Amino acid sequence: MKQFQYTRAVSQQSTIDAIAKPGTKIIAGGTNLVDLMKRGVTAPDKLVDINNLPLKNITSTKTGLHIGALALNSVVSENSLVLQKQPLLSMALKAGASPQLRNMATVGGNMMQRTRCAYFFDVSMPCNKREPGTGCGAMGGYNRMHAIFGASEQCIAVHPSDMCVGLAALDATVIIAGKKGERRIQFIDFHRLPGDHPEQDNHLAMGEMIIGVDIPDNNFAKNSYYLKIRDRQSYAFALVSVAAALDISNGIIKQARLAMGGVAHKPWRLFDAEKALAGKAATEENFKQAAQIAMRDAKGYEYNSFKIKMAPAVIAEALKHAAGLV
Amino acid sequence: MEDTKHHTEPECEMEAKDNSRRNFIKQSTLLTAIALTPGTAVKAAGMHIDEKIAEAFEKMPLKMEVNGVAHNLSVEPRATLLDILREQLDLTGTKKGCDHGQCGACTVHVDGHRVNSCLTLGVMISGKKITTIEGLAKGDELHPMQEAFLKHDGFQCGYCTPGQIMSAVSCIREGHANSEMEIREYMSGNICRCGAYPNIVNAIQEVKEGGQPV
Repeated sequence: MKQFQYTRAVSQQSTIDAIAKPGTKIIAGGTNLVDLMKRGVTAPDKLVDINNLPLKNITSTKTGLHIGALALNSVVSENSLVLQKQPLLSMALKAGASPQLRNMATVGGNMMQRTRCAYFFDVSMPCNKREPGTGCGAMGGYNRMHAIFGASEQCIAVHPSDMCVGLAALDATVIIAGKKGERRIQFIDFHRLPGDHPEQDNHLAMGEMIIGVDIPDNNFAKNSYYLKIRDRQSYAFALVSVAAALDISNGIIKQARLAMGGVAHKPWRLFDAEKALAGKAATEENFKQAAQIAMRDAKGYEYNSFKIKMAPAVIAEALKHAAGLV
Repeated sequence: MEDTKHHTEPECEMEAKDNSRRNFIKQSTLLTAIALTPGTAVKAAGMHIDEKIAEAFEKMPLKMEVNGVAHNLSVEPRATLLDILREQLDLTGTKKGCDHGQCGACTVHVDGHRVNSCLTLGVMISGKKITTIEGLAKGDELHPMQEAFLKHDGFQCGYCTPGQIMSAVSCIREGHANSEMEIREYMSGNICRCGAYPNIVNAIQEVKEGGQPV
């Protein structure tokens, strides 16, 4: 690992000042960053440790739930407010990583984690995300884990997070702090598609930091489910995962929320399928139809076309679980 | 470690060469660091970042308690807790498996919570209490989980075992050892290439059902 300077930030302002300098990165849990630094995928000159900042709180607000950027994944997943108001988030968190990693990883860090694309991780391979302009190794390579939605000629990597899929489905908002003060951005707009700039995972600008997320109150707590399909039963990244949330009254779906993981460069919201479900009966038939609608723009590559068959089945199954039909 | 003892001479020679090269690098980088220090320090102070600035190529003080013993160490910012435990404190019970957070062999407790020590920078756990596999037994009396692993053959080669045991203790403490399914899920961060999983689960279940404090 390349040597670096290490400092402990004592305030949000000092962090913002420090990260304005190129080559400076924030470190929180470090579970992704330290790994990438060991492999030489990233080599910051300076790390700013923000663990002393007061950003660990999980609180009820007038309109929902606020979770600080430094709240640990394990703590959030077991938090009584989260379990009561947003059990889907807890399920998504518990589907990710291992208990040890969840004890280290933070909410903000989870949002900032990089793709697990093997070509991104291997510094001897071309990768437009790691080194813009070098090409995409995965496009014509072993792309079994890769995107079926929203990819570009430059990059077909997927975002690896489960938590983010849950937050995308739950209409969360990201709170960001920078030189000009705070701003808020919809969670589904935080991560970006690769386009011509796959090196940019999200819309966090240089010199900005995540300070928390807000989740608005909803009626999904009774009928939500996170289903993750992977190569082994636990502790593996998703081939396809689905966060499903339903507001059901007398057997009729008033509102639906659906997001998928393992299929795109960002958590993939299924807006058309959600619309198709609104006003319909909560039946397996309707779930299967919605799942087909969700797959309209899917595009497979040499080794990942199986996801086009797998994804609708996972959507329908997740909806069945959410509706209590399983 | 055993191996190096058998090949003392060539190892020493290599080390000597390596040392002189290292010293050269150290000296030349030291000059660079000195040249850089004042400006950077002044700037950092202006930014209200705390005093503990680690210049590149410089070590930082690290205070931590390991298995009840206080240590005042000097570490590079890039040194992981795993390497500090093994190489500075000679606590080689904690194993380096993948070194990338994928196998769990390096699992230790930091302030009572299990973490992957290979992904933990030492400088980030200043002032914390660490428990490693060496800290579980009380003298000659093994920890109940260690006893149970022996009784149930919870290992073959034993390399993953320290991590498995540290994780198993946490699994019960966290309240996630209520069924075989739950134990398997909450032990999934610890890989065993020998495949001793059924016996590991049995060991954990016995300790859990025995109700002894872990």
